[in-house]
Amino acid sequence: MTEMTAMQKINQITFKQQLRTYKRDPFSLLLVFLTYLCAILTIGVLFLLVGYILIKGVPHLSRDLFALNYTSENVSLFPALINTILIVFLSLLVAVPLGIFSAVYLTEYAKKGNKLVGLVRITAETLSGIPSIIYGLFGLLFFVGSLGMGYSILAGSLTLSIMILPLIIRTTEEALSAVPNSYREGSYALGAGKMRTVFQIVLPSAMPGILAGIILAIGRIVGESAALIYTAGTVADIPGDLLSSGRTLAVHMYALSTEGMHVDQAYATAVVLIIVVIIINWLSSVSMKKFVKG
Amino acid sequence: MKKNKEKWMQIIFLLSACTSILAVFLICYFLFANGVPAIGKIGIGNFLLGKVWKPTNNLFGIFPMILGSIYVTAGAIVIGVPIGIMTAMYLALFCPKEIYKIIKPAIELLAGIPSVVYGFFGMVVIVPFVRESLGGNGSSMLSASLLLGIMILPTIINVSESAIRAVPENYYEAGRALGATHERSAFNIVLPAAKSGVLAGIILGIGRAIGETMAVIMVAGNQARMPKGLLKGVRTLTANIVIEMGYAADLHREALIATAVVLFVFILMINLSFSMLKRKSL
Repeated sequence: MTEMTAMQKINQITFKQQLRTYKRDPFSLLLVFLTYLCAILTIGVLFLLVGYILIKGVPHLSRDLFALNYTSENVSLFPALINTILIVFLSLLVAVPLGIFSAVYLTEYAKKGNKLVGLVRITAETLSGIPSIIYGLFGLLFFVGSLGMGYSILAGSLTLSIMILPLIIRTTEEALSAVPNSYREGSYALGAGKMRTVFQIVLPSAMPGILAGIILAIGRIVGESAALIYTAGTVADIPGDLLSSGRTLAVHMYALSTEGMHVDQAYATAVVLIIVVIIINWLSSVSMKKFVKG
Repeated sequence: MKKNKEKWMQIIFLLSACTSILAVFLICYFLFANGVPAIGKIGIGNFLLGKVWKPTNNLFGIFPMILGSIYVTAGAIVIGVPIGIMTAMYLALFCPKEIYKIIKPAIELLAGIPSVVYGFFGMVVIVPFVRESLGGNGSSMLSASLLLGIMILPTIINVSESAIRAVPENYYEAGRALGATHERSAFNIVLPAAKSGVLAGIILGIGRAIGETMAVIMVAGNQARMPKGLLKGVRTLTANIVIEMGYAADLHREALIATAVVLFVFILMINLSFSMLKRKSL
């Protein structure tokens, strides 16, 4: 604020002038007070939540919690951590290619006014509004039941991949439409075909934006519990194969806190979850900034 | 050869785009095929308006849970909407740039915190607080509403903020030129102009609140009876499904899937009104 334009100088109001306006119109003062109050409340709640859990949980982050095996005396969160990483990886493996390809079709291939595009948009919007418990129940009926996978990592991952699909489609679509048209025209002018243009020009320049979406999707998977209880199940061990059951960190935490026997460990698990979420949000915003800068 | 490759790739892109259509179709099919027959067997009146849920006596009335979901969601709206809209106003029109850089990521964090962590926070902070200050055993409609009110804040704030920012600058300037204070122009001119976008945010928040499961289970008490008051326990549609699905069999299981059908129909209606409003606000 060292350099001020003439306009800004004219519009500058001193504190005294401000007070005089409020005296003339106390309602304005009330409004400004309420606005600040609500903003402080919102941030206050966040600090209360994160602070409370960190203070209560950090002292319980012991090495036992990261022991290789879960036993009823030592409720290690390590197996759940491994399961979480496994499920994140598998869900992304399915949802990322499908989501990116869908977005490529919607932005690069489909012609304006294409009926299919409208239908894909509506269904993707519907998917993003469906609550996770419905996904869980669908996974139970379809993957666990009809396809005979049983409670398994695979069933859980497939369920979650449908859940994150709309998020990936939307963020990729946004990233792709932010790529300037001159890039595509330049590529065509050099004699590249449509496919080559998409894979070597458009997708690489949209990559940081797409990545930001994928990172957000990872965040949703890590935090998900309702969709996993009846698909991936609640067994607290590292699974032998993809068809056995295994609980993720969030499900582990739900089990600990409702059983009520290991509240301290539940605090510690909450700390791990919050730290993961903070890292994920940070990575996503870094990636997004890179994209905006170009 | 090259032509062929192009053709094939286009077909792959097209097929990928169809997965979301297929997914919605499969979800509808499996839910309705498994749930609707149960509604038929129980009788639609007995199912939707029955006041007693006692699976052991073959009584499957989900009216208490429907009311539970509606009450808890209404409570969340009462708490979350005013705070959310005011915070969005602060972010869009009152906040200095430096503070914005801190608050915005904080709200993203609020959106990213898993619902079990919210639920756990509710269990160890909100429930004891309600118990000690207002009586009852704490696991109550009030606790659930408070917690959900917090959980829908980021949704409402983000959607409202972008709606408020989308209002043309000259609306605000015209207000100032006519002698209105900054606050008056903000609240009497800009906010009404952003009305339909803000409303879309509220509807999205309703969808979040009604579909929230784990956090609600951990604080609401979950008694399957007609809601009796703010400080009494309540069970929502979502809680009903998660709590009993683990051991349910036969008609009981089908009745739970039918509960999900009812929830699904609610959500579809909410989604529909959201996308209609969004189209209007653009």
